[in-house]
Amino acid sequence: MTFPPTPSLPGPSSSGPSPSAPFLSAPSRVVTVGAGLLDESLAAQAVATTPVDWRPPLPGTAEALVSVLSDPRRQAANELAARRLTAARPQLVGVRRASEVLGEALAGGAFLHAGPPITWERASGPLRGALIGAMLLEGRAGDERDAERRLAAGEAALRPCHEHGAVGPMAGVVSPSMWMFEVRDEEHGGLAYCSLNEGLGKVLRYGAYGPEVLERLRWMDEVLGPVLAATLAATGPLDLRALVAQALQMGDELHNRNRAATSLLLRELAPAVVEAAPGRAAQVLRFMAGNDHFFLNAGMAAAKAATDAARDVPGSSMVVAMARNGTDFGVQVSGLGGRWFTGPAGVPDGLYLGSYGPGDANPDIGDSTITETAGLGGFAMAAAPAIVRFVGGEVADAVRATRSMYEITLAEHPAYQIPGLGFRGTPVGIDVALVARTGVLPVVNTGIAGRVPGTGQVGAGLVEPPAEAFVAALLALAAEVNDPI
Amino acid sequence: MSGEVVLVRKGAYHDSVRLMRVSRALSATPGVEAAMVAMATELNVAVLGDLGFTVPPAGPGDLLIAVRADDPGAAVAEADRWLAEPARPGEAGADGQPPLTTGSAIRREPAALALVSVPGEHAFCEAYDAVVAGLPVMIFSDGVPVALERRLKELAEERDVLVMGPDCGTASIGGVGLGFANVLTPGPVGVVAASGTGAQQVTSLLDWAGTGVSHILGVGGRDLSAEVGGLSTLRALRLLDDDPATELIVLISKPPAPEVARVVAEAVAGLRTPVISALLGQDATDLTGAAEAALRALGRPVPEWPSWPGPVRGGARKALKGLYSGGTLSAEAALVAGQGDFVDYGDDAYTRGRPHPMIDPAPRVEALARAAETDVVLMDVVLGHAADPDPAVTLAPAIARTPATVVVALVGTGGDPQDLHRQAAALREAGAAVHLSNAQAARHARSLL
Repeated sequence: MTFPPTPSLPGPSSSGPSPSAPFLSAPSRVVTVGAGLLDESLAAQAVATTPVDWRPPLPGTAEALVSVLSDPRRQAANELAARRLTAARPQLVGVRRASEVLGEALAGGAFLHAGPPITWERASGPLRGALIGAMLLEGRAGDERDAERRLAAGEAALRPCHEHGAVGPMAGVVSPSMWMFEVRDEEHGGLAYCSLNEGLGKVLRYGAYGPEVLERLRWMDEVLGPVLAATLAATGPLDLRALVAQALQMGDELHNRNRAATSLLLRELAPAVVEAAPGRAAQVLRFMAGNDHFFLNAGMAAAKAATDAARDVPGSSMVVAMARNGTDFGVQVSGLGGRWFTGPAGVPDGLYLGSYGPGDANPDIGDSTITETAGLGGFAMAAAPAIVRFVGGEVADAVRATRSMYEITLAEHPAYQIPGLGFRGTPVGIDVALVARTGVLPVVNTGIAGRVPGTGQVGAGLVEPPAEAFVAALLALAAEVNDPI
Repeated sequence: MSGEVVLVRKGAYHDSVRLMRVSRALSATPGVEAAMVAMATELNVAVLGDLGFTVPPAGPGDLLIAVRADDPGAAVAEADRWLAEPARPGEAGADGQPPLTTGSAIRREPAALALVSVPGEHAFCEAYDAVVAGLPVMIFSDGVPVALERRLKELAEERDVLVMGPDCGTASIGGVGLGFANVLTPGPVGVVAASGTGAQQVTSLLDWAGTGVSHILGVGGRDLSAEVGGLSTLRALRLLDDDPATELIVLISKPPAPEVARVVAEAVAGLRTPVISALLGQDATDLTGAAEAALRALGRPVPEWPSWPGPVRGGARKALKGLYSGGTLSAEAALVAGQGDFVDYGDDAYTRGRPHPMIDPAPRVEALARAAETDVVLMDVVLGHAADPDPAVTLAPAIARTPATVVVALVGTGGDPQDLHRQAAALREAGAAVHLSNAQAARHARSLL
């Protein structure tokens, strides 16, 4: 016998004390944290050690960390939150009009947008551009100037997608005539929505609102949406958990690379598309096949369904949403309800299209960080070595990014696995306490929108979330521990 | 072209021992007049001020690189090169990502124990990871708030694990030394110690007397306070009572809080293994007396503790100055001598952002240089794992140079890597009287006044 055996994961309190009194014997291995000298002196005695590469926590978090870590609810709460997040079984169950499924959220002429709450005054170029486009699409303004005037006058209330069971890529603007993927979590019963992907280049979600943008949106409204709705009615629910798991093994990370997932989706749907709408099948299939990111929006809705299942566990320090509105980067935490914790959105670092450069880039925008929140995207970079050609860097950087995320997450996803890491599950369930302790921020892959309204996409790359959003969430958790609601 | 630079590296962290080594290496580089690489704690900023450097605004989380050299740019580049070297080759592990928290390290490979020595204000999180994973933990760090110590030890009760410390300087489990640890022969005596250097003194004397040690379980200097309630002491006593190798338990502590003393006395009465309590300052017990009592309890002879006399300097010796690295040794010497001015350089106030004086001799070398002809300097030199690999090499010249009369309490064993006999010889040759018993050293120092 030795000291109580170490469980491979920190055991829940239910594992209880060891059955008999531990016997003292030379430790087989010692975890050392702090002075390297003490580690060296163990090595000199031929004792194996696991040295921790320790750094002081983020400034201003030391006291809050003590409160949050010693919250007696926390361990079980985080286990529950992580279990719900990873047990979710998102199924694509339908494609429906926003006016029908988000009627309440859009009531009174409101639009949904990505990220934490924001006003027109503080909205960045691409969000303004997308809102102008939505005004024009819905016939609520005669032209760009008219739309801008009406938005500035507050004619459209702005509401975060996240607060209404939805997510939106980039600007994430949702208006009543748009069609939405409907995803149901078969495990917990939740529903989540995301609009249909328009393709790349000049598109509404990147803030473009020219005639070609509106024309495409009208075609999606009249053709794509109804055809996909009929298709899914015929196929029945499509298992997105299984599809995402397959796509990871085919080299996608499901945020900036969706080529495999889109192909898989197309393979699943194509026969039913032909049967549902023989006359229009070719244009629908051509549109889907022409956009490597067509799956992204369905994947985002799947991630939203899973993360929403993990919300509202009292005492949990797990992140359930990361989202940007082009001005602020916001974080929501399971144990803190619907509160947002924000910091300034950073400008992504990456590769630019054509002659665009960093000066053309808007600060980070979009709800697509829901993929990272659910253990995909930047967290699954090691599954997608090809991504480094798109976001810059080496294959080793992608592997390093994923490995570093295990240091700030609570679990490994049982279904989402990375072949190159020996089929290890992706790191999932960001713990704000671990972010504060390690100073390691979530790795986020993202597209880059042009700063000027109407520009569209200018590049893609990596972005660092603001540490203060995580620090603010940690301080709020500590305040809640010390003064429970 | 000689010049001076002080650079602030915001948020760059390295442990103080490593920084001391970089500072030493840099100072020894040709063309470098003065150099210090240290975290910008209040103490280190003051030291840099004394060295004549002007330090720009910086906080304790920032790294300072200060050099005065022929080519300061080259010296800084050299410092950066050393700082960039991994603390231990291959520490990142096969996958290139070292664990960043104790919890992450525990998940990687099964371990039997965690050893925490991060700055005290951050020790709770690391120790917490170990305790919730059901792992015993030794907290070497000092400066951990007592309320957090209590919280950790309550959690340890729930998880049935031992928390050694905080401020636990030494431990020995199954012959493996943790922290500052002497190399001890295995034997029948188990030690529960609220004092690191107290345990080192008692076990070193036992070792000299040919009696070995089963385990040393440190509990931290505050464990027997009313706030903590002796939780670790009680657990350590039970562990040793259940240990077949332990025939006698020695409990070393300052006198406990009265209500805790009652609880401990009850627990001791219920043990199968006999217990000798060495409560420093109570009943005139000193550490040497505790070692002797242990020997008698085992029916073994008590030897003469070795000492080597040294020359007496100066005409009139008026003042006793204690320059200690061990807190308990300092307190014991002050009690035994009954007079004098004692400084414990291992105290929190001297070690924030600096290595312990058992590792870094500089503060005591400076104090020796300041001593007067009329002083008797009484000091400890502690050997063992993690301590200065050759303390005599810096202390002996300082002892030779000081005008004061010097008495050394040399705490160590024949098995220690520093070589007890070589250290004793070097200190003696430099002009110090050397004793293995700290109490005897203190009595001798008093007799010189």
